[in-house]
Amino acid sequence: MATTTTEETPVPQEPSTRGGGAAIALEGVAKAYRSGHGTIDAVRQVDLTIEQGEFFSLLGPSGCGKTTTMRMIAGFEEPTSGVVRLAGEDVTGVAPNRRDVNMVFQSYALFPHMSVADNVAFGLKRKKVAAVEITRRVTEILELVELGDRAKYKPAQLSGGQQQRVALARALVNRPSALLLDEPLAALDLKLRQAMQIELKRIQREVGITFVYVTHDQGEALTMSDRIAVMNKGVIEQLGTPAQIYETPATRFVAGFIGTSNLVTGVVARGVGGYSRLDYSDGQQVLVRTDAISGEHVLVTVRPEKIHLGKHQPGTDLSRLRGTVREVVYMGSTTHYAVDTAQGTGMTVFQQNVSDASNLAERGDTVWLSWRPEHSYALPS
Amino acid sequence: MARERTTATPYLLAMPGWIWLAAFFVVPIIGMLWMSLMTGNIVTGFQPTFNFGVYPQVIATYWEQILRSLAYGLCATLLCIAIGYPLAFWIAFHGGRNKATYLLLLLLPFFVSQILRTISWKFLLADNGVILGTLKSAGLLPDGAHVLSTSTAVVFGLAYTFLPFMVLPIYAVLERVDHRIVEAAHDLYASRIQAFVRVVLPLSLPGLFAGVLLVFVPSSADYVNASVLGGTHNTMIGNIIQSQYLVNNAYPVASAITFVLMAILLVGIFSYAKALGTEQVMEVQAK
Repeated sequence: MATTTTEETPVPQEPSTRGGGAAIALEGVAKAYRSGHGTIDAVRQVDLTIEQGEFFSLLGPSGCGKTTTMRMIAGFEEPTSGVVRLAGEDVTGVAPNRRDVNMVFQSYALFPHMSVADNVAFGLKRKKVAAVEITRRVTEILELVELGDRAKYKPAQLSGGQQQRVALARALVNRPSALLLDEPLAALDLKLRQAMQIELKRIQREVGITFVYVTHDQGEALTMSDRIAVMNKGVIEQLGTPAQIYETPATRFVAGFIGTSNLVTGVVARGVGGYSRLDYSDGQQVLVRTDAISGEHVLVTVRPEKIHLGKHQPGTDLSRLRGTVREVVYMGSTTHYAVDTAQGTGMTVFQQNVSDASNLAERGDTVWLSWRPEHSYALPS
Repeated sequence: MARERTTATPYLLAMPGWIWLAAFFVVPIIGMLWMSLMTGNIVTGFQPTFNFGVYPQVIATYWEQILRSLAYGLCATLLCIAIGYPLAFWIAFHGGRNKATYLLLLLLPFFVSQILRTISWKFLLADNGVILGTLKSAGLLPDGAHVLSTSTAVVFGLAYTFLPFMVLPIYAVLERVDHRIVEAAHDLYASRIQAFVRVVLPLSLPGLFAGVLLVFVPSSADYVNASVLGGTHNTMIGNIIQSQYLVNNAYPVASAITFVLMAILLVGIFSYAKALGTEQVMEVQAK
């Protein structure tokens, strides 16, 4: 469900097959700020290759280093160590105005004294593009972002969503090798944000420019990205497609940051053909795909929507835990259950409200939770 | 009843201000206009004779001082822009945590009376004073060189006196310029100079406009700098007004010169505002 978008074309899983090579490469990039007595490591060590035409997201909580990473690509910050490459060329130490990337700022940073058309034409004028060409391209890009009739307006006369699209047009019109977007939708309300997510994806597909998208909103990243780098404390915790990130979180942080995750701890009893089994009392068990050895403590994740909730004890080929329903929250298309399992772990379970699944359990009921072994992953605990 | 009170409240709050302006600005101005049309002298008294002839008379007599005042005011204003704009820019963009300290330093001279400060300049710039004396003994200046009693001394004195009035409004505008806007300009291929000319400068025009008014008007009408730092060839119109009032007691003449100066400055300001665009002026007024 996480990777479902409203577009017709499927999200490519291997962007490198598009050809064109790496648009952006970060090699061992680190950034430390001096502050007071010591230094703060904003970015510790980032190695990253972003392919041509890719929609790439840097996702993480505030202070994780994602914005600093983007600003190093743009040239507003210089890395303390490491190399930044644009289209293979080392641009470390090159000023922002000499880099072929453009940025869309969170606050839009439109020039308040210029009309929409002048804002959009700014970059082309600096590049000394011919006046006729500028007029043509500005008109064209304003049509693309559906602001053709607002060319003469000043930014202050536009709504937040319109200003956002001007900021996008102002960057896109230069046809940069990559577009850097710093939480561009953060200032918009929910409905507009969702509309703009689809809009951004459409524009990216139409112009075919590499997008590097910084966000703390995991839903946004999952919806739009070809690939996501989840960052925490200055390092990339996991890099992969939205499905990989969501379905197989590599670390406890990723499991907790992306969506809702249930974490079950246990001791490996024995391996069963590529799977390990964690045994609990009364026939309860968790099966997980791992090479852990017997006796090892492991942490197992499972997504709430992968769990089936039932009254009867499931088969031995499934992970199965027994528990008591603590809370039932009806959400419309789904019902959320909070279940306290017998060994004390609180579990969250999402059940689709399909036609035959009326009222599976009530508060206080004893239920069985079960899920297929391939839906849980062992994390380093 | 309650509604009436709320609509009247702003007017009542503004009342003291209006009364103040009426009592100490409008009434004296009308009085001076009346005075300028009188004839007579301090001994026999002044009679209203509607002597409009005093106006062409003072212009014919003092056109040189009037022009000199405007020229000095203009030079001082340009000097203030040249010194003050970079200063305001630096405090606004690179002042960091110490912005308040820098502004206080800028205003610190105001804690000493203007006349005292101007007199101390006289000591500093004296022919064998700290600055010129040192340069002369070092052989960097010829022995006959002097600064006092020249137009240079007066213009520098004016620029020194009114510099904070240029820096503060420019600073106030620059301080509110979003740094991301400057970054956006760099990002869109503008060099530092282009970003300044295309983005920062246009955005700071309202502050520059206010600064020019605040420096040009009082420095054109100033008399302290000309009388302390200038010589007999550097008399400004302010000195004439002062001596006609306080030395010659020629009240009608002094009043007439005052009105001529005021008229010239008003016409100048409005044509300046017109040239810069009324939008900018409205923006200044709105602040």
